[in-house]
Amino acid sequence: MASNKRKVPEVNSSSQADIAFSLLIFFLVATTMNTDTGLARMLPPMPPENQAQEDVKVKERNLFLVLVSGGGSILAGTQNDQQPIDLRQLTDKAKEFILNPLDSEDLPEKQDKEIELPDGSKWVYPVSQGVISLQTTRDTGYQVYIQVQNELTRAFNEVRDEVALRKFGARFSELGEGERAAITDAVPLKISEAEPRQLKK
Amino acid sequence: MAVMQKKGKKELPAISTSSLPDVIYMILFFFMVSTSMRDQELLVRYKLPEATEVQKLEKKSLVSYIHIGQPARSMQAKWGTAPRIQLNDSYKTTKDILDFVAAERDKLNESDRAAMTICLKADVATKMGTVTDVKQELRRANALKISYAASKSLGY
Repeated sequence: MASNKRKVPEVNSSSQADIAFSLLIFFLVATTMNTDTGLARMLPPMPPENQAQEDVKVKERNLFLVLVSGGGSILAGTQNDQQPIDLRQLTDKAKEFILNPLDSEDLPEKQDKEIELPDGSKWVYPVSQGVISLQTTRDTGYQVYIQVQNELTRAFNEVRDEVALRKFGARFSELGEGERAAITDAVPLKISEAEPRQLKK
Repeated sequence: MAVMQKKGKKELPAISTSSLPDVIYMILFFFMVSTSMRDQELLVRYKLPEATEVQKLEKKSLVSYIHIGQPARSMQAKWGTAPRIQLNDSYKTTKDILDFVAAERDKLNESDRAAMTICLKADVATKMGTVTDVKQELRRANALKISYAASKSLGY
């Protein structure tokens, strides 16, 4: 049979590029590249409705109030000593509050806490009892709010970095998961977000 | 030398394009791996606030989005310019958040439900009143893990 000896012609592949192009364009159009970034927070659970809401008593020295007004100005300080403050000063003020380096009477008390390290040993660290309370009014802008949240987060991150450097000799972000949990126990992110305050009339 | 000159007078051969599909496939695979599918159409416009201490949102399947902002241009004739909340593919009010969270939670595995994160994507011009209402609803719905979406900036 003569026809069997004939070679099968090669499939023309010149349009393969076009097919690949159209696939590429489809993926370019239908997908997004941006990864979402944001400030992670835990909301406090809602108290049961039938239960009378009692104010949790927090000692005055353990509370750092940050009030962001509608105009975007910031008042910060302990309960009786609130001062208008610039956004850039907020980090240092918050850091001083969290660390209380001189064990001052006006800054939060510390309580020794045993923290388990990943290698099985125990580590006693004086954990600060301070809580930062962030209050806003209903007409505060979101931009200012995020900026303030950012400064407070920065304060906590810097403190965690310092503690991690002292304890493990590395920055917080460079630590393993177990060490990170230990540092998080030692410096908990305590930002309480109260409901917006009604302006007093 | 004479031989070389003779060769130079010849026409240049056409550049082979047989590897062009391979190159395109490489770009294609790059995009397939590094991007994610657009899952919903945005009905609101927002400009995210900027922050320096942002963290990446991990595990996209566990993240649900709440968008807050002005209605998109094409929708403004009907909906005005007051900030709106978008859940899934339509404008909703704060009252719908409870149902939204319940539905989103049902989509997840039982073991993943505790790790569900709500990503709040709000415009910089939003007032805290709106955001707080949303937050209160989220607390009521017991969706406590949230993330305020912000883009990374380099600081002051």
